[in-house]
Amino acid sequence: MSPPDVRRRAPRQALLLVVLAAVLAAALLLSLMIGSRAIPAGDVLAALFADVDSDDATVVTSQRLPRTLVALAAGLALGAGGALMQGHTRNPLADPGLFGVNAGAAFGVAVLVFVLGVQAPAAIVLAALLGAGVAATLLFVLGLGALRGDALVMLAVLGTTLAAFLGAFTQGFVLLDRQTLDVMRFWDVGSVAGRDLSATALVLPLAVAGLVLALLNGGALSSLGLGEDVARSLGTGVLRARVVGIVAVTLLAGTTTAVCGPIGFVGLVAPHVARRFAGHDYRWIVPASALVGAVVVLVADTLGRVIAPPGELQVGIMMALVGAPVLLVITRRRRLVAL
Amino acid sequence: MADTARLDTGAPAAPGAVTGELPPLRAVGVHAGYGDRAVLQGVDLAVTAGRITTVVGPNGCGKSTLLRTLGRLLTPTGGHVELGGDRVAGLRPRELARRLSILPQSPVAPDGMTVRDLVERGRHPHRPWYRQWSPEDVRIAKEAMESTGVADLADRALDELSGGQRQRAWIAMTVAQQTDVVLLDEPTTHLDLAHAVDVLDLVVRLRAEGRTVVTVLHDLGLAARYSDWVVVMKDGRVRAEGPPADVLDATMLADVFGLDAHVFPDPYDALPTVVPTGHA
Repeated sequence: MSPPDVRRRAPRQALLLVVLAAVLAAALLLSLMIGSRAIPAGDVLAALFADVDSDDATVVTSQRLPRTLVALAAGLALGAGGALMQGHTRNPLADPGLFGVNAGAAFGVAVLVFVLGVQAPAAIVLAALLGAGVAATLLFVLGLGALRGDALVMLAVLGTTLAAFLGAFTQGFVLLDRQTLDVMRFWDVGSVAGRDLSATALVLPLAVAGLVLALLNGGALSSLGLGEDVARSLGTGVLRARVVGIVAVTLLAGTTTAVCGPIGFVGLVAPHVARRFAGHDYRWIVPASALVGAVVVLVADTLGRVIAPPGELQVGIMMALVGAPVLLVITRRRRLVAL
Repeated sequence: MADTARLDTGAPAAPGAVTGELPPLRAVGVHAGYGDRAVLQGVDLAVTAGRITTVVGPNGCGKSTLLRTLGRLLTPTGGHVELGGDRVAGLRPRELARRLSILPQSPVAPDGMTVRDLVERGRHPHRPWYRQWSPEDVRIAKEAMESTGVADLADRALDELSGGQRQRAWIAMTVAQQTDVVLLDEPTTHLDLAHAVDVLDLVVRLRAEGRTVVTVLHDLGLAARYSDWVVVMKDGRVRAEGPPADVLDATMLADVFGLDAHVFPDPYDALPTVVPTGHA
C-alpha cells in the first residue's frame, strides 16, 4: 500500500464509515428477511413502505422490525461504549460493563423480583436501569480520586469489586427464591426479541445522549492515548474528558443492559475490528466501532433464529458463540494492540 | 529571591529582570509536590526569551517537578507561574497549549502509531472540534518533520524506530504545536551520546527559530555545551544560575552534587568541561 497522503486520509476514513453503513443496511435487511419463515426482500420493503396486509407483513412489522431496531440500538451503543472504555482505560480487554454497570442492573432486577415480587417487563427495564445508575454513581463517588493521575485502572478494579459484591446479593436472591430464579435465568441471557417497547422508548433518549457524548469524546480520547501529560500539553481538559467518557459509557452500557440484559463480547470485539480500519484516531474509531457493533449484534441475532430450528438462540448466547472465535482469530493473527 | 544564592558573583542577572521586559516564563515563589511530599520549596525563576535554559541538579532535587509545574502539569501549592505575564492557572487548556508545550520524560504512544500520526497530533490545540484537517495543518506538520529530520520516517511506526529517532519524532510534535515556549523533560534520557547530541542539536535549532527552550539534563558536560543559562537546583530550591562557564565549577559540584571533580575550560572552545575524580 502506498503511504497515504494526509489530505486523502480523512476522506478514506469517511469512505470506511460509508462502507460500514452499507454493510449495516444489508444486515438490517437480512434481519427483517430471515427467521423461521423466510420473507423475500421485496415483500419486506413492501411491508415497511407500502400498506400491505398479509401474514408476512405482520411478521415483519410487529415482530422483526422491533427486535431489529433494538438490536441496532444495542449494537451501536455497545460498540461505541467499548471503544470509549478501551480508550480511557488504555486496556485492550476492557468492555463497557467494566464499571459494574451490568452487575448493578442485574442487582436491580433481582431486588425488584425478590423484594417487591414484581416482574412486569417494563418494571424490569426500569429496575435494571436504576440498578445500573446506582452502581455507576457509587463507583463514581468511590473512584473520584482515581480520576486524577494515570490511575483510571483503579476505577476498573473498583468496578470489578463492586460487581462481585452486588453479584453475591443477586445470587443469594436467586438461590432463595424460585420466582427470582425464573426471571433471572432468562434476564441473564441477553436478548433483543420481545422487548417491552414502551419501556425501551423511555430509555432511548438516554442511549442517544450517551452516543452523542461518546462521539464528542473522540478527539480528547485520541490525545489521551499519548498519556495524560502529553494530552494536557496538547490542550486537552483531561478531567472533563474523563467525566464525559465515563458518563457516556455508563449511559450506553446501562441502557442496553436494562433493555436487553447483558450482551457480552460486542463491546470487546467491535473496537478491535474498527481499529484495524480506522487507525489510532478515536474520532474515527468511535463511530466505526458503533457501526461494527450494530452489524455484529444484528448478524448474531439473525443467525440465532435459524441455527437451531425450531427453537431460537438468544443474541447473548450467539455473541459468545460467534464472538469468542472472532476474538481468538484477531489475537492470533495480530497481537492485541497495547493502547 | 532570598534563597537564590548566586555562587558566582560575576553572573549577570537575567536580562528580563534588568530591562523590566516581561519574561516569557516565570516562577514566583513556587512550592509544589506530590501529596504530602513537598518537593519545590519556594522557587523563583525568570526564563529569558530566545535562550536555552537548562535545569541541572542531583536526583530528587525537583528538576522535573519544576518543569512540570512550569508547564502546568502540576498545580503549585504556593506561589504561581506566569507565561508572558499571564498566570498559567487562569489560562484555558487550549490557549496554554498554543503558547507553551511540554514534552514529558519518556512519553509512550499507542502501538503501530506512525510518525506522521504523532506529529499531526501537535496541531490539536489549533484545530476547532468541528474540523478535521486544514491544508495549513498538513503543511505545518510536514515542515515540523522536515526541520527535525524525521520526514523520511513519516510512515514508519514509532515502535520500529531507534530511541533517538523516536525522540526527534516527539519533538517534531511539539514543533508542530508552534509554541513560543518549549519545555523538554530529560530529552536525552536512554540515548547514547551520538543520539543525545542529535537531539540537542535539534534544541539549538528550536532556539534559532526564536523559541524559548527550558530543558532538564543530567549530563553536566552536555548542559555546559548546549545551554545559554544553567539553573542549578538542590533540595527543591535554586542554588545558582547563570551562564554555564560562570556556574559550573568545582565548588558548586562539591556543594550541590557532593562530587569531587576537575572543571576546566575546554582547550578548543573554552566551555567548562567536567571530569569527576571521586566523591567529596
